[in-house]
Amino acid sequence: MNKTRWAKQFQPLLASLRDLLPVILVVSAFQLLVIRQPLPDLARLLLGLLFVVIGLSLFIKGLEMGLFPIGQSMAQSFARKGSLLWLLLFGFALGFGTTVAEPALIAIADEAAEIAAAGRLISDSDQARESYARGLRYTVALSVGLAIVLGVIRIIRGWPIHWLIVGGYVCIIVITEFAPREIIGIAYDSGGVTTSTITVPLVTALGVGLASAIRGRNPMIDGFGLIALASLTPIMFVMIYGMVIH
Amino acid sequence: MKVLEGLWHTGLGTIVDVLPILLIIFGFQFLYLKRPVPNLKKVVVGFIYVLAGLAFFLEGLELALFPLGKTMAAQLTDPEFLGIAHPQNIHWSDYYWVYIFAFAVGFSTTVAEPALLAVAIKANEVSGGAIGVWGLRTAVALGVALGLVLGTWRIVTGYPLHWFIIGGYAIVVAQTIFAPRMIIALAYDSGGVTTSTVTVPLVTALGLGLAHHIPGRSPLIDGFGLIAFASLFPMMTVLAHAQIAQWRAGRPSSLSQEN
Repeated sequence: MNKTRWAKQFQPLLASLRDLLPVILVVSAFQLLVIRQPLPDLARLLLGLLFVVIGLSLFIKGLEMGLFPIGQSMAQSFARKGSLLWLLLFGFALGFGTTVAEPALIAIADEAAEIAAAGRLISDSDQARESYARGLRYTVALSVGLAIVLGVIRIIRGWPIHWLIVGGYVCIIVITEFAPREIIGIAYDSGGVTTSTITVPLVTALGVGLASAIRGRNPMIDGFGLIALASLTPIMFVMIYGMVIH
Repeated sequence: MKVLEGLWHTGLGTIVDVLPILLIIFGFQFLYLKRPVPNLKKVVVGFIYVLAGLAFFLEGLELALFPLGKTMAAQLTDPEFLGIAHPQNIHWSDYYWVYIFAFAVGFSTTVAEPALLAVAIKANEVSGGAIGVWGLRTAVALGVALGLVLGTWRIVTGYPLHWFIIGGYAIVVAQTIFAPRMIIALAYDSGGVTTSTVTVPLVTALGLGLAHHIPGRSPLIDGFGLIAFASLFPMMTVLAHAQIAQWRAGRPSSLSQEN
């Protein structure tokens, strides 16, 4: 009894260790076999890795304790009985809120601001960098919220997913022509970054709940695909953000 | 001491990051569903964990994963390490260690990804066993690895990113037309699940480091884009894998008729 409880307590820790292990193995192999030079600041690096493991475990543990159960039960109750307007409102809020807190996006936005400041795109002050990073994140969050709204309407109407995806890519190609070169890389990357630790479980719960609540929908086909849309709209919106800012 | 100070500062910042979800959850719970939050105490403790975890994680990124990616980029592109006497007429193939490293990081982090295992098990069920769990995992991991190799090669050569991405999507669209319908949504999603919270910062730092150290490249224009490659290529390899599996099973229409 006691043993299984311990195992359960430490499961997030093991999971984040497992996430980090391949990185550590590959980097150590390269350092020892190929580069054969001492890594600078090894103590700092190890402390940082420890922080990453602790942080990721606490984060996931906390999500599983509070946010995931509530969010999933809410997603299901909205999918079952909510009026369309409330359902869409909730979908938007869910996409927006989870994306703002997405750790990888916070990290990338800060890095992008750093690079933009170094390249003299924005002025090199803490304030300018912070507002650039925040603008980037809120743009991405807004676009994920809209993607969820679009995806929910799609599930209800039963539109085939690939038409939306193909249409989206056509839009991306057109916008790319007009976007400043400096933003294109960040925009394309932000598509992959948004769909991660917090967003995926909650958004999938909404999609699968919705698809199984509506007669004649297959949760397998209709439930997924929200994520695919949510990694597409940020590309467009970040490019538009770049056109406005630069 | 400085580390603790950074941790405290980051911790304060994370409150702002988590605030929107808090407002949404409680707002909708009270205003629309009109019921109290179940297990309120547990939820509050959970949120404190989330805040602390985010602070530690972001601080750890600054201390470890970002510097690690940049150091690797610097070391692997060092002319002295590559044994090149005249750095001005360097050829893209001289940076072969960069490509090998990108492949190794992409493959190993993806094969171990738990989210991918869940997707692979589902795909196995939907396809009636035609798509094996290990086959799909290998396909996705290979996709990420090849994507990162091509992505680093693009940074080295400096070709415009959108050529590759738009070309890639054209291939995905063409594959979609011929792929069994059940696998399409899964294939599209497999692009998103591969880029985990640990991989994204490391890969981004690698790209920025490469763009910084390779002569003629600028981090601003060439540095980003690796994540885009890593999310695009798995779609191609998964679609290709599904088509090969279908073709091998020798019943070309059974999968598409299921729906």
